[in-house]
Amino acid sequence: MTGKNCELDMKEAEGTLEVKLCGEIDHHSAVIVRTEIDARISQICPQKTVIDLSGIEFMDSSGLGLIMGRYALMQKLGGKLSVKNPNERIVRIFELAGLDKIVSIEREKGADRPTPHIANKKRKKQRREKK
Amino acid sequence: MKPKGTKNSFTERVINEMTLKMPSLSVNEGMARAAVAAFCSQLDPNATEIADIKCAVSEAVTNSIVHAYKDTIGIIYITVKLCSGNLVRIEIRDRGCGIEDVERAREPLFTTDAASERSGMGFTVMESFCDKVRVYSRCGKGTTVTLFKRLAGR
Repeated sequence: MTGKNCELDMKEAEGTLEVKLCGEIDHHSAVIVRTEIDARISQICPQKTVIDLSGIEFMDSSGLGLIMGRYALMQKLGGKLSVKNPNERIVRIFELAGLDKIVSIEREKGADRPTPHIANKKRKKQRREKK
Repeated sequence: MKPKGTKNSFTERVINEMTLKMPSLSVNEGMARAAVAAFCSQLDPNATEIADIKCAVSEAVTNSIVHAYKDTIGIIYITVKLCSGNLVRIEIRDRGCGIEDVERAREPLFTTDAASERSGMGFTVMESFCDKVRVYSRCGKGTTVTLFKRLAGR
């Protein structure tokens, strides 16, 4: 009984490890996924690890732990970590923890961008904070 | 968005309710949030509200599994009450170890289990995705987290 709700696919090219996650990241799947990612990272010691979140339909704060943990591991190895194409809900959770200021977020063309409505709200909030 | 003239006391009349009982196995996390979301769909929530509910429930259930029943398996009880005024009340209860200092536990980034990569953001996520979060805990007896969310609907 594994009940795996998160699939992962890892590809490596020119010192970069790309990890594509699909499905749901919660405490249950994060524990499974992190062992597999860490095994590969320590095996090939990449200069950069990219975690592609475009296929993630659900993420809670366990996802934050997963990203922070891999970030720490990459730093220890003298490499970098970035996150690719997170949806706006994931970005919102990142922002709660301030993770968006630590880990760089890559976006491909045509990927899910924050809707103008949310972007405007954010701008208004920033303006209010300035005052 | 609350309807006009409604005080935010979150004490509206209960229209429908359900209770879910399950052992604290991490494999049940996905089922728990999906079941709660499915029951709440009677109130016709929008996609964001469903996602908010799923995420908040997931946090509370994970807390019971990881902290309350650390190194043991216990029972988690979830009661969902749909109330008038489009209010959802979700109670997640365990008979685990309890929280020593609730105020501290609710602080962002506070965790007692950094080694297992817990981010310490559980309560912060619940608070930002719900209208109110009530925590009642007694050491050695257990914890009850109640999530209140008023739906705006479509």
